[in-house]
Amino acid sequence: MLGSGILKGLLVTARNFVGSFHDRERLPTVQYPEERAPVGEAFRTFPFLVSDCPADADASARLAGLRGVACQICERNCPPRCIHIEKSKDKKPDAAGKPQLYPAVFEIDISVCMGCQICVEVCPFDSIKMDKVFEIAVPRRSPELLLDRDRLSKPNAYYRRIRPSEAAAVDAARAAEQAAAKARADAAAKAAAARQAAAATPPAA
Amino acid sequence: MPVTLETFPLALRDWLCAFLPQEFHWLLSGLLVIIAILTVFGLGFAFITVAERKFLGRFQNRIGPNRVGPFGLLQPFADAVKALTKEDIVPATADKLPHFLAPCVIVSGALLCFAVLPYGRHLVPADLDAGLLYFFAAGAFTELAVFMAGWSSHNKFSLLAGIRALAQLVSYELPLLLATLPAVMAARSLNLQTIVGSQSPAAGLKAGFLPNWHLFSPWGAAGFLIFLIAAIAESNRSPFDLPEGESEIIAGHLTEYSGFKYALFFMGEYFGLIALSGFCATLFLGGWQAPYAALEVIPSWVWFGLKVAALIFTFIWIRATFLRLRMDQLMRFSWKFLLPLALINLGTAAFWLLTAHWQGAWWIALRWFAAAALVIAPYSILGRRLFRGLGARTYEYAPNN
Amino acid sequence: MIPPPLPVLAAIAAAALLTAALAMMLRNLIHSALLLVLTWVFVAFFYLWAGAPFLAFAQVVVYVGAISMVVLFAVLLTRRHDPAKPTRPASLARACSALAVSGGAFAVLAWAVLQWRPVPGNPPPAEPSVATLGAALAGPQLHALLITGVILTATLIGAALIASPVEKPDSSQ
Repeated sequence: MLGSGILKGLLVTARNFVGSFHDRERLPTVQYPEERAPVGEAFRTFPFLVSDCPADADASARLAGLRGVACQICERNCPPRCIHIEKSKDKKPDAAGKPQLYPAVFEIDISVCMGCQICVEVCPFDSIKMDKVFEIAVPRRSPELLLDRDRLSKPNAYYRRIRPSEAAAVDAARAAEQAAAKARADAAAKAAAARQAAAATPPAA
Repeated sequence: MPVTLETFPLALRDWLCAFLPQEFHWLLSGLLVIIAILTVFGLGFAFITVAERKFLGRFQNRIGPNRVGPFGLLQPFADAVKALTKEDIVPATADKLPHFLAPCVIVSGALLCFAVLPYGRHLVPADLDAGLLYFFAAGAFTELAVFMAGWSSHNKFSLLAGIRALAQLVSYELPLLLATLPAVMAARSLNLQTIVGSQSPAAGLKAGFLPNWHLFSPWGAAGFLIFLIAAIAESNRSPFDLPEGESEIIAGHLTEYSGFKYALFFMGEYFGLIALSGFCATLFLGGWQAPYAALEVIPSWVWFGLKVAALIFTFIWIRATFLRLRMDQLMRFSWKFLLPLALINLGTAAFWLLTAHWQGAWWIALRWFAAAALVIAPYSILGRRLFRGLGARTYEYAPNN
Repeated sequence: MIPPPLPVLAAIAAAALLTAALAMMLRNLIHSALLLVLTWVFVAFFYLWAGAPFLAFAQVVVYVGAISMVVLFAVLLTRRHDPAKPTRPASLARACSALAVSGGAFAVLAWAVLQWRPVPGNPPPAEPSVATLGAALAGPQLHALLITGVILTATLIGAALIASPVEKPDSSQ
């Protein structure tokens, strides 16, 4: 019958109208500042630097615990070139005790960053990861959106909180690596000690 | 006349008039009527905008504006402040005088319509002999205003809107007028108060239980639907909002308007909508009459308000549901479908009114059946012709379901 | 009903004549058309002044509501030349014939107006209502109404014939 489609359409909207007053399922609106939709674990915005420090460490402790070694791989691979790194003059021991360079300057311009995650994928030290902060509205572009070392470094506990499964895998891999390095070092030390002992003992001739 | 809820507005007017000497009574009572219309319908306009936004939201499973004031009820005042403080931009090449006059013409034309509507048993600002014709005369300025706005903006989208508005409004004015004529035939008068009087519950109920409104007769139902469709087209609302057509021609005749002039256009359109709803209620829904004599304890102007509100809700519902028509569909629908139906409806109404004296269950059943057939048969035949050769679209490389 | 004062009539007439004169003189056709609409509105005011509201409202509905649309459509669809450029008549003969036709029409109208005398002993009804107008149209004036209707219908059919697309001869037969 001509016109039945019109009535069907009117019925659909009428159902919406009545349903949206009592059926929570029909009303997907999240009233943002008061309510928030949960973000997924893979949700990402901008990079941050992971620091091996206690969760409540102060700025200097966070800087001291940075995993980065100023290798500049991320800087070279960044498509929009928003990362700026300057190497340090001196060296500091890293988690495995090996002396390494560290970034004296590490800046990311997040007004340029496109959140592609390439820096995270190329990093051999699990030092740079993606953050989930999205409320970054500021009155000026610079320097508020030009994040320096201080504002980029966040404790590992934060990483574990925002990406639990990924952080657990990274921590396990790092622990295994460090244990292996330690075992290697111990074995080397033992062998060296043995060699030394052998050298020290005069041949019984 | 004892002061009851029914005569309360008149009593208020007389009480205020008593403060002035006798010679100025006519002036003050005239001014009071104007002030009352401007206040009631001005506030009505303000709250219809927020109601429309909230209802549209609900129709689309959204919440709608709810931030300004409780439940977002103060939203229109925030909008008014915004519109007033915005810059009024006039294009350098615009035709300045028509560009300025267009919003004034649309608002004043819509306001003039309010003069003849019977709001209650005793509430008619101007009880004109040719009230129905006056209403159409006042409404004629809308289309002129849209054209003036479209042409004077010196913008191709505005001009397109102007041409579309001309074609659309001319095409739908005719069904609108023809749909109202059966009500005039039934009342034997162009006076709107008489038309309302012919639908009084005192004259008995339709088919024994329905209110004695024109809506509940075959020709009245058809006339009501034709009027409703043509009224939507006349007030440029979705699905007939081609002159505005945001997604096609930006905002049509409103493209080059900003600030308060833009707000005036909206005011004019909503005033027109309220006036057409009131007119429709007067012609087909019994105006200020209560549906049953027992319900006459509620004042007549409350009934009128309720009917207008229900009609406006229907308009919002329709806007939330349908897609915009294409220009050729719009024209075809009016000239090949609505207009013949409205003409045939005149004949149906004539048959109905000439057989009013038929008595006996069989004769009355025959009367209803014949009138209903006179409505439904042309509807289905014309509808088939309208959609002949059209069907569901098929795709060469996609499965049809 | 108190007859409205003569100065009101003078004002209405002056406004109508002024807008009509402006409509003729302006070079911008759209402005002319809009002014013509204003003239029709003032004519409607004149009918109101003369105590014929039905005629006034009908004037507005028909002329302001419908005829103005046709005029504007015609202007929009046929506007070809630069409105700033003055137009000259195509030839002297044409200009003369146009002058003769318009002068003749004016002469006939002027003659008719000057011939009019109030009919003694048959005063017009004090308050011509819609009901009396309707009774007159459906009663004594029915023939005139029907003839007008037939002429208009014929015009409509003619217009539809002119507007309908020309059937091309089918080459396959």
